[in-house]
Amino acid sequence: MMNRKSLEVWVGLFVAAGILALGMLAFKVGNLTTADVVDGYRVRANFDNVGGLKVKAAVTMAGVRVGRVTGIGFDNNKYQAVVTMDIDGKFKIIPEDSSASILTSGLLGDQYIGLEPGGSELYLKDGDVIRTTQSALVLEKLVGQVIFDRANEPGSVK
Amino acid sequence: MSTLRALGSIVINSVERLGRASMFLYEVITGSWELLRRFYLVVQQVYAVGVLTLLIILVSGLFVGMVLGLQGYNTLVKFGSANSLGLLVALSLVRELGPVVTALLFAGRAGSALTAEIGLMKATEQLAGMEMMAVNPVTRVIAPRFLGGVIAMPLLAALFSAIGVLGGHLVGVGLLGVDAGAFWSQMQNGVDYRDDILNGVIKSVVFGVVVSWIAVFEGYDAVPTSEGVASATNRTVVYSSLAVLGLDFILTALTLGDV
Repeated sequence: MMNRKSLEVWVGLFVAAGILALGMLAFKVGNLTTADVVDGYRVRANFDNVGGLKVKAAVTMAGVRVGRVTGIGFDNNKYQAVVTMDIDGKFKIIPEDSSASILTSGLLGDQYIGLEPGGSELYLKDGDVIRTTQSALVLEKLVGQVIFDRANEPGSVK
Repeated sequence: MSTLRALGSIVINSVERLGRASMFLYEVITGSWELLRRFYLVVQQVYAVGVLTLLIILVSGLFVGMVLGLQGYNTLVKFGSANSLGLLVALSLVRELGPVVTALLFAGRAGSALTAEIGLMKATEQLAGMEMMAVNPVTRVIAPRFLGGVIAMPLLAALFSAIGVLGGHLVGVGLLGVDAGAFWSQMQNGVDYRDDILNGVIKSVVFGVVVSWIAVFEGYDAVPTSEGVASATNRTVVYSSLAVLGLDFILTALTLGDV
């Protein structure tokens, strides 16, 4: 067997490389850096239909990620979905009359929430509710509507 | 009647063996505390089972990643989503292939060596000799090897996954012309550090415990002859591989079930 010193060096190298690999997996492969919202504040929004929105989905403004969805619940009185989201503390000046809509990235991509700024001088703060919302586009409803409209056009086959 | 009796004896024997193995594991774990004072014994074993297994792990990880890149690209390009190649490679490696293939290689390379070493120590009465000198062979010989395996396995699995992702990058971006930015950004969007990476780490820790446990127990329990050591080594590889594949299904079902 080799002497103690070089053995310890090899084991040290091995452990360091292993931890480095874990670090690379967490930061480079995984989303440890982007997932966490730093000292954020929480706002809510009610939607008629959230479609395929999932917890941890992005909340964006002008395409830039400003937070993430932390919970999707159901309001028993209004029969609406309640989406709670954490907005990063860096984005403190979002007008309180901003509107939230559920959008899809690409044709088959994940759904996310897009915020459109309003004109108010008052800004969103912890516990606020975004009032103007636009639901997710449900493809089946859209197709149904197109077929319905075509059937009602004058001159269509009865 | 005799087949019935044979069945009964098989069941009784395997339950008895399982019981002995569990008591042995308890003894090893309680014996491990004393090793904190003599940690160099564990370091030696980390070298034997970890550093010496490194080469085969790195080479197989690189090639598994490269094959995943090629194979995944050919499938994804049919759906026009070759940009998701990074996600496919990373998820398959981190969640499944990393821990499982590492554990299988670990059982073949390190587990069999552990069993053969301990079995031979038993056959040449070195373990009995230690006991005569009032040295507990479980804390002196078995526990360091067990702990070495438990420490080395997650690190090896992490290295396997990391080098596999680089191999996928090499083939996907270097050879097949997938956009490097899309490769990494899709990967980072889709791989969650808690759901995917932590799960892979938990899996590899469980596999490390199971493979090391089987290896040291088979060695310690071997019939002290050359044939006995040979069949014990054989059993280590077969049982560890079966245990790893079976446990992998259970762990995946448990963690994917609630998503």
